[in-house]
Amino acid sequence: MTQPWTDIKNTDLAIVMGGNAAEAHPCGFKWLVEAKAHRGAKLIVVDPRYTRTAAVSDYYAPIRQGTDIAFLLGVIRYCIANDKIQWEYAKNYTNISYLVKDGFSYKDGLFTGYDEMKRDYDRSSWDYQLGADGFVQSDMTLQHPRTVWQLLKDHVEQYTPELVERICGTPKDKYLHICEMIAATSAPDKAMTSMYALGWTQHSKGAQNIRTMAMLQLLLGNIGIAGGGMNALRGHSNIQGLTDLGLMSNLIPGYLSIPTEKEKAIGDYLATRQFKPLRADQTSYWRNYDKFFVSFQKSMWGDHATKDNDWGYDYLPKLDVPAYDILRMMEMMNEGKVNGYFCQGFNPILSIPNRAKTTAALSKLKYLVTMDPLDTETSNFWRNFGIYNDVKSADIKTQVFQLPTTCFAEEEGSLANSGRWLQWHWAGGSAPGDCKHDTWIMAQIFLRVKKLYQAEGGAYPDPIVNLTWNYADAEEPTPEELAKEVNGYALADQFDAKDPTKLVAGKGKLLVNFSQLKNDGSTSSGCWIYSGQWNENGNNMARRDNADPGNMGTFLNWTFAWPVNRRVLYNAASCDMQGKPWDPSRKLIEWNGSKWVGNDVPDIAPDAQPGKVQPFILNQEGTARLFTRALLRDGPFPVHYEPFESPVKNVINPAIRGNPVARIFQADVASFGDASEFPYAATSYRLTEHFHYWTKHNRVNSVLQPEFFVEISHELAAEKSIQNNGWVRVWSKRGEVKAKAYVTKRIQPLICDGKAVHVVGIPLHWGFMGAAVKGWGPNSLTPVVGDANSDTPEFKAFLVNIEPTTPPAVS
Amino acid sequence: MFMPNVPVGQPVPGFSEKDLIKRSASSVPEPARRLTEVAKLIDISKCIGCKACQSACIEWNDTHPEMESFQGTYMNPHDLTPNMFTLMRFNEWTNPETDKLEWLIRKDGCMHCSDPGCLKACPAPGAIVQYSNGIVDFVHDNCIGCGYCVKGCPFNIPRISQTDHKAYKCTLCSDRVAVGQGPACAKACPTHAISFGTKDEMKAEAADRVKDLNSRGYKNAGLYDPPGVGGTHVMYVLQHADKPHIYNDLPDDPKISSLVQAWKGAGKFAGLALIGFAAVASAAHAVFAGQNKVTKHDEEEGEALTGKDA
Amino acid sequence: MSEALRDTDRLDPNRNIEHRTMVQPGDAITPGTKGTPATVKRYGPLARLNHWVVAFSLIALALSGLALYSPYLYFLTGIFGGGQTTRWLHPWIGVLLFVSFYVFFAQLWRANLFNRDDLTWAMRFKDVVAGNEERLPEMGKYNAGQKFVFWGMSALILALIGTGVLIWQEYFAVYTAIETQRWAALLHAAAAIAIILIWITHVYASIWIQGTMRAMTRGNVTAGWAYRHHRKWLKQLAGLRRKTAPQANAVEHTKAAKHLGL
Repeated sequence: MTQPWTDIKNTDLAIVMGGNAAEAHPCGFKWLVEAKAHRGAKLIVVDPRYTRTAAVSDYYAPIRQGTDIAFLLGVIRYCIANDKIQWEYAKNYTNISYLVKDGFSYKDGLFTGYDEMKRDYDRSSWDYQLGADGFVQSDMTLQHPRTVWQLLKDHVEQYTPELVERICGTPKDKYLHICEMIAATSAPDKAMTSMYALGWTQHSKGAQNIRTMAMLQLLLGNIGIAGGGMNALRGHSNIQGLTDLGLMSNLIPGYLSIPTEKEKAIGDYLATRQFKPLRADQTSYWRNYDKFFVSFQKSMWGDHATKDNDWGYDYLPKLDVPAYDILRMMEMMNEGKVNGYFCQGFNPILSIPNRAKTTAALSKLKYLVTMDPLDTETSNFWRNFGIYNDVKSADIKTQVFQLPTTCFAEEEGSLANSGRWLQWHWAGGSAPGDCKHDTWIMAQIFLRVKKLYQAEGGAYPDPIVNLTWNYADAEEPTPEELAKEVNGYALADQFDAKDPTKLVAGKGKLLVNFSQLKNDGSTSSGCWIYSGQWNENGNNMARRDNADPGNMGTFLNWTFAWPVNRRVLYNAASCDMQGKPWDPSRKLIEWNGSKWVGNDVPDIAPDAQPGKVQPFILNQEGTARLFTRALLRDGPFPVHYEPFESPVKNVINPAIRGNPVARIFQADVASFGDASEFPYAATSYRLTEHFHYWTKHNRVNSVLQPEFFVEISHELAAEKSIQNNGWVRVWSKRGEVKAKAYVTKRIQPLICDGKAVHVVGIPLHWGFMGAAVKGWGPNSLTPVVGDANSDTPEFKAFLVNIEPTTPPAVS
Repeated sequence: MFMPNVPVGQPVPGFSEKDLIKRSASSVPEPARRLTEVAKLIDISKCIGCKACQSACIEWNDTHPEMESFQGTYMNPHDLTPNMFTLMRFNEWTNPETDKLEWLIRKDGCMHCSDPGCLKACPAPGAIVQYSNGIVDFVHDNCIGCGYCVKGCPFNIPRISQTDHKAYKCTLCSDRVAVGQGPACAKACPTHAISFGTKDEMKAEAADRVKDLNSRGYKNAGLYDPPGVGGTHVMYVLQHADKPHIYNDLPDDPKISSLVQAWKGAGKFAGLALIGFAAVASAAHAVFAGQNKVTKHDEEEGEALTGKDA
Repeated sequence: MSEALRDTDRLDPNRNIEHRTMVQPGDAITPGTKGTPATVKRYGPLARLNHWVVAFSLIALALSGLALYSPYLYFLTGIFGGGQTTRWLHPWIGVLLFVSFYVFFAQLWRANLFNRDDLTWAMRFKDVVAGNEERLPEMGKYNAGQKFVFWGMSALILALIGTGVLIWQEYFAVYTAIETQRWAALLHAAAAIAIILIWITHVYASIWIQGTMRAMTRGNVTAGWAYRHHRKWLKQLAGLRRKTAPQANAVEHTKAAKHLGL
């Protein structure tokens, strides 16, 4: 989220699309309820299903899953056509006036440089025209045909309300009503917030779904302002923390990246990451990349990371592929290229697409280690549970080690919420039986592996044997020790940059925040963006002062928000070119003539002059990108592509199946179905009674929603002679499930290009373990397709067939 | 300032037996003090149907509802039970005026009527009580499990346990209110759809909500505080207060059934009077008419007819 | 059909209906001997046992029912061991009453069919109350008042068991709508009051009319009592006796009684 949850109360209009905030985020949703109750805010819900969020909305419109880009590009077209643009904002805070290279073009669904064999683009033309000074060329009149504005206008022209209706199935009158509501927030003193979640990310073009809304929000001037923003409602209490801390194969904590194998030396690595400003006087914060990186290396290897060994650059693994994400890992297990798997707090049997493939992959392993507080399906994947897990146990040779861990309520630590607040929590109880903290288990494994390396040597023992391990009890680092390590220490006395006589952190002290990080090895920090969480003032994450003097919901003394306790990202954009808030009644910060002051920590240097230094300091332009250059693999502008499994043809580019650069494995292509055999558009989702596959182990949650079901319309039910509460069989090319049918008015057939598209909704909370009634999940059916940029699986749009059936035999 | 949780510190905490204003099958003296009436306000327009209230209710009351099955609706368990004092009921309603679907989600449970039908019907002294703050509570030590409360209730709320044969329903968390806390459901409600406070405060809050709903086109929005039962201490804000029945059969004009009134009201005295009259009349007859005896003549005639053995 | 009745029918084929309504199997005259007056056998041991089962059930039901009916009488639950016990016991006693009463009913219903004499009797109710039996028609085994008690009880017990089952919370409440239960509860209470009123009449009548009680204790009445209150019945029995050989008659009756289990 660019905002904290508490900022939602400041909004005038919320659009929930690609998410279901009320059901999946009921606690955060209270702030929207508050905005409705006390600001008169309106809520729009656009979703294939009339959800519980829709139940409290002011306006609902249906949409076919996987067509959000068409919908939103159409809204952008509407805003352009009706001059509903926040012009001062767009011209100054976005790249709307920049000139794009002449080589760049878009035609028939593809941008310049597509290579069909590689399923990838040569993106070299996707960039600005730079002047001799290295700065970007622009035309503030926006008349130049190569301005982003002109290109964007051309790009969205196709997405007329009629086309949107044909693609999305959204009735034109409802669509236009929503356009009108959204466009009204282009007024400088109006704010719209976009609340989305996995309904946008879990597509083969998930990143572009989100970008399209971001572009719309920028044109409306809704980014950086109170009550605005792009708000990713994270699907997990600490999934924000997962990405922050780089728990992905291609990341280092703090959104630094793992080097690729082409980047042999540290110089190659830093050169492509330490972005220079593209405008005069602009701050480009990533210029400090080397400080963050070196400090990270120091926290990892301490005295073993020296200038002479390039701060231990060689200790880092180098990527030969873009990422070793979960889909690739399963593919490699299936190919026999991976034979051991540590599965920590994860239940892939139910959580990743094509369960049959996952089961086959795990069955080929030599060993599987599961670390989980619950007795998961993955831990038991080899056991036969009748129709619910019909495997031949005798044929599975995988040795499974099940290590019971504590759960969040049994341990101390911080959770990073969607609003980037690091909230410290304390153990509510002790763990049952032999459960151990994950940190204890990891320490045991590490110490044993280290011992083996020390005793037996090996190919390259250095990164392991030299790893810093300065914990009071080497067997179990404490959360406090880890939190301090992540915050970072001064390895030598640190002085104020402007006043070298002023000591800010003596040697061995905790750093105040990341502004003190150095590239000379005199500082350490495990995750630069978290620096400040636990400094010499103490554990800032444990703060619980709910004072909010400006009544802007910033709560600056409540826990700690990264970065540097900032609550609203890009908040300098909440002010005009003079540094005055667009809406004086909703002041986050303002320029007082010499510095930025206000209710939030400014997202700009405190003395950076408004109008000169633009607010998007993490971009080398200083402005936000409507045209995203070469930074996304599938295009600088979003394009409507159908899901890989779609009930209808792509009406604008019939020759293209799916996102042309989405990640697919050749071996999976044969498992994709088409509409002739599988005519119904399925989607997966959660219900508010449950959390993933955890709460089915809890009796109370299970009582409230005990059994697997699928949701279909009355029309489909009539067509297929399916009774409400009767049993159905749902199958895709990859598997089948049995479920009770919920025949509901909340799902209506969508008329797409003159054809009725029936939606089958498949909630995901059941399996063969736990307290609830045994059942299946959607991932027995979903295809293995990864988003072009994030590799996130396309869980939200796939094809199935359905028929009435008999109840499963009771075993 | 938004208060996401219910304020702690209720009007008059620590109420007890001396605050009873009604007691089933018995009478109570007029209490020395009158507590401020409390109320729970359920704002259906803010409710997202998440069932946190149900979950909190189970946890706080330590009940153990059965694991059931999917029933063709999001509602679960299938009904209020002796182990489930509150229940989200879901209705997919197409508004005939706008032709738009509205998913009406109502938290069902005891309404804590000012004129409680359960209490009126209850034959066991002290099994159902009403405090002057409006809370209607079941005292399980006195409950005999007859189910009369079920018949007395205009809202179909009490449920009789097949395990201990006692009646169960929402207590408005009288145990929590007594120590200055709000009900568990209100505490757990993430969207402030359930509020708790004095009845006057809740009415004022409802008026505010109705204004907001009016502004959103719900011209019949209103407060449900039905006068037929003397008002309730659980009230609803309804988007369509002109037709409560669309909210899963919320009664339009609930009253204690006239059958129950006849049975437990006048009928009770009339019956006893009749029995008393019959007894007295018989006694009087005996006194005035004397016993009906067999006369000598009867005996002789009888003997004559029956004859003698030879 | 019992042998006894066949006997009677054979003996007086033109009056068989009349016989059936007046004389019942087991009814017989025991002639007096020196020092002991003649008696007329009115109820066999099983009928008497059944009567008392019905009687005690009815009393227990009345007490437990009244306890739940009126707060003033709730203390009566003490007799049964408290409210909970009263609650579960009451319906089971009801079942007992229902079953035993209807066995009783099967034995007696024919003798309780109304006839023209009953109308006359009812029209001279003043004389009934005053005890002026000489002004009343001769009665068969039962007079109209007794028949009223009989049929009243029969109907009300049926109503009570029917409505009682509907409000039997433990087993049957789930099968009926609450509105139905409300009707049932009201009707159950009304029927209970009515049956109590009948019961009072019945008990009082048995006390007021001297010599009645022994019919249900010893099973017989004096010939004088029978002559006074049920003369037609007595005459019938006497007539029967004259028309058959005394010895054979006695044997037949005993056999018949055994056969019927009376």
